[in-house]
Amino acid sequence: MSRIEHNMAMTGESPASISTIQKIATTAGLIGLSILLLAVANVSFPNKALFLSLSLGLISIGTIVFAVHAYNGKHAGIKNDGVWFKSMTNRGILGWIAGIALTLFYIILYWFPQYLGLNAEGDNTGVIALFDPLSRIISGNPASQWFVYGTLYTLAILIFGFKFILKYRHNRYEVIRTISVMFFQTAFAFIIPEILAKLNEPYYDFKNIWPLNYDLFAGYRIDGFLSAGNLGVLMLIFGIISIFVITPILTYRYGKRWYCSWVCGCGGLAETAGDPYRHLSDKSQFAWKVERWVIHSVLVFVTVMTIAVVYSYLGENADRFWLTKDLFLWGMAGLLTVIFSLIMIFKRNELAKDAKIGAIAYLAIILGIISINYFGGNYNIFFFDAYKLREWYGFLIGAAFSGVIGVGFYPIFGSRVWCRFGCPMAAILGMQQRLFSKFRITTNGGQCISCGNCSTYCEMGIDVRAYAQKGQNIVRSSCVGCGICSAVCPRGVLKLENASTKNRINSEEVLLGNDVNLLDLLNQKSE
Amino acid sequence: MKHIVILGNGISGITAARHIRKRSDHKITIISGESDYFFSRTALMYVYMGHMKWDHLQPYENWFWEKNDLNLVKAWVEKIDFDQKKLRLSSGSPIEYDQLVLATGSIPNKFGWEGQDLPGVQGLVSKQDLIELEENTKFTRKAVIVGGGLIGVELAEMLRTRKIEVTMLVREKEFWHSVLPLKDAKMIAEHIESHGVKILKETQLETINPGENGRVRSVTTSTGEEIECELVGLCAGVRPAIEFLKGSELETDNGILVNEFLETNIPDVYAIGDCAQQRKAIGQRKPVEAVWYTGRMMGETVALTLTGNKQKYNPGNWFNSAKFFDVEYQTYGWVWSKPKEYEKHFRWQHTTEPRAITISFNSETELFQGINTYGIRLRHEVIDRWLNEQRKIGYVLANLKEANFDPEFYDRYEKQIFQSFKNNLQQATI
Repeated sequence: MSRIEHNMAMTGESPASISTIQKIATTAGLIGLSILLLAVANVSFPNKALFLSLSLGLISIGTIVFAVHAYNGKHAGIKNDGVWFKSMTNRGILGWIAGIALTLFYIILYWFPQYLGLNAEGDNTGVIALFDPLSRIISGNPASQWFVYGTLYTLAILIFGFKFILKYRHNRYEVIRTISVMFFQTAFAFIIPEILAKLNEPYYDFKNIWPLNYDLFAGYRIDGFLSAGNLGVLMLIFGIISIFVITPILTYRYGKRWYCSWVCGCGGLAETAGDPYRHLSDKSQFAWKVERWVIHSVLVFVTVMTIAVVYSYLGENADRFWLTKDLFLWGMAGLLTVIFSLIMIFKRNELAKDAKIGAIAYLAIILGIISINYFGGNYNIFFFDAYKLREWYGFLIGAAFSGVIGVGFYPIFGSRVWCRFGCPMAAILGMQQRLFSKFRITTNGGQCISCGNCSTYCEMGIDVRAYAQKGQNIVRSSCVGCGICSAVCPRGVLKLENASTKNRINSEEVLLGNDVNLLDLLNQKSE
Repeated sequence: MKHIVILGNGISGITAARHIRKRSDHKITIISGESDYFFSRTALMYVYMGHMKWDHLQPYENWFWEKNDLNLVKAWVEKIDFDQKKLRLSSGSPIEYDQLVLATGSIPNKFGWEGQDLPGVQGLVSKQDLIELEENTKFTRKAVIVGGGLIGVELAEMLRTRKIEVTMLVREKEFWHSVLPLKDAKMIAEHIESHGVKILKETQLETINPGENGRVRSVTTSTGEEIECELVGLCAGVRPAIEFLKGSELETDNGILVNEFLETNIPDVYAIGDCAQQRKAIGQRKPVEAVWYTGRMMGETVALTLTGNKQKYNPGNWFNSAKFFDVEYQTYGWVWSKPKEYEKHFRWQHTTEPRAITISFNSETELFQGINTYGIRLRHEVIDRWLNEQRKIGYVLANLKEANFDPEFYDRYEKQIFQSFKNNLQQATI
């Protein structure tokens, strides 16, 4: 049922109108944006520091004033009025314009940075030059396209995070969670790595963990760590401990939300700048089937690529390490087999048939290739040169998937396309969450009215209602624990909890209210 | 393999169908003239407010029905021939059944007001009502809502999102005081008013007056006041939608009369949900329960009966929930709006926010009878257990923490509530 705008002064105000102050704020923000665009068009501003401050300042002030005015004088509470009527949030013309603009920005950023003013020889020009003053303050170096991107990314999380906090100010979980992502983005992703660079240490974002940080074990990174003395070695060790110790423990205790919606930068952008688009995620069962295959395929891809890269690095530097390439290779084969076996021994009952098939097939393929390589003396493990594999991964997954599709398509597919379909880190944490975490979303007895708010506003496309209306707890690999389903539920049916793992998954209908024995009967098949 | 026909695709009929299918291979046909697919009636408001689109209201994807061999027919049933076990439809050929489940739901109450059928006067129960509201509010700057109940407040919230001026006519001293204790009702009324809704208390509708264009122009209230409006929302309760059954051999009163097995007076014909009326009320429940949850529960029960496991409708502790603008409301057990002689209410309210809790207990035995909460979520399973275990008020207050269901990091009020109760007790004994 589409809504036609009736604004013939015969009715109340149309829901999507904006106030005078908001119009002024919008103007300010667009002026700030125009400075950036003019810089892209190679307008050379005289006082770069001033114009950069002006640009970023106007964008921030515009957004903040607009947001304050949107929620000011309104009751604290859920604010989704008109979401499906507005062009920007309903895949209308404004949404498409925003999506196309973002996509173009990512394409230029990843593959044509010269148009932003990156020059192989000589000084920066264009918009990158505009950011030079800020970059020099923080790291002492001139800006790069990644610095420009990092600054805008951080700014987006901060200003839209502020808006998000206003919007959900009645919900302390959302407020604290948003402050957390704002902090981690600003400190860990933006400032600390730049300061490290200033101190001539390796550029390192401590919260960016393999496999999301797919380059952690690339040759040039390992060389960088090892040449940086103790701190570098510590970073490398921390990176490995993060994968095998820190993340499983935290995920066991809190679910993958500790990372995905409290720490991660991709999640941070999705939860703040992407929040207006969260309801656009596809909830169909078909999308869920696609999701499981695609995300785990990316995980296999990144695993294979990383093994190949480390293998060839060890091959090239054979005399430097006690770890030989063959030892590493069989170690990896062993590790994958152990993980696979543990899951199959302890958790096979919780895996769907296609999940088992997928797991077995992928393991067989990886082990098969390793064997072929080992016994066939093929130097190019996995049939391709390791660096080629890395290049493809970087192009296909690192840039095209996580950037262009992941963020560029926010206004079309919703805010967590990358997290849901692509992120290998999310896949690993999701397995941990699904198989051995204390986290679940609890359904409150028989209180669900099947209204659909939870499913609609789930950015991961989980059909939350399907569980809630059966009285089941929600334990899903993909859930990032953003808490919005619980917030928008008009009957208070959902609660994010960390509790005992016993009976965490209740797959039978457990709706309270009726005769106690009746539901037991219902769950039995009749003769 | 018998053929079970279910009349109505609301929560009652669909729950019955799902559970029959889970337990058997009977042929199942679901007939509805209202919509193609089952949708959540409680969420109609969210489509109008732009929180969701129509498709989001449908709990199951469209392939679900065929996959589970649930045959859907979109038509109105005009007449039932109980002798021949045959249904005559508004379109298409007649349908025969072996067993029939009537789950026809409700329609808005009309009490014979003058002008109640004018264009611009409507209720809010069905999909058609929602479409009509979208049409009607093209012409609406001011609206009057008759009756202050759950649908009334939802309609008020909907209209406020379009900046329409809303006046509510409430028969009682306070909003929904027929159900809520006075202070609770007052707090909710104040919250509703803070959203720019005008509530006229102890006021009823006299007449609805037409304008020159033939549409509603104003209403006249019992206090003689005339209020201009282009829309009148009839929200003074609902009644069973059983017009088409009147004059048949099916016994009806307000609703279709059923015994505890949800059987009507005609063999192989059952009635569930809003349209059913218990011949003998169960416990303290009303004979007609127009509530989402009870509809669901009756559907569960009748499904067992129809799959060879005859069951009484035996609902547990009463519970219900609603949301008044920004205030979530939950109730468990019985908290009567006007306390019975053996009943005492303990009440705590937040100093600044519309957040409160009212606990009803027996003043002699101290047994916990029920609880209303506003802006605090409680764990259904815990309260249900306490009611079954017949806990005393002291135990409930001492353990209230266990029952909290609010999101993480929320302020907790159990200590304050407990303290306030102790102070009240001391004052009472002085």
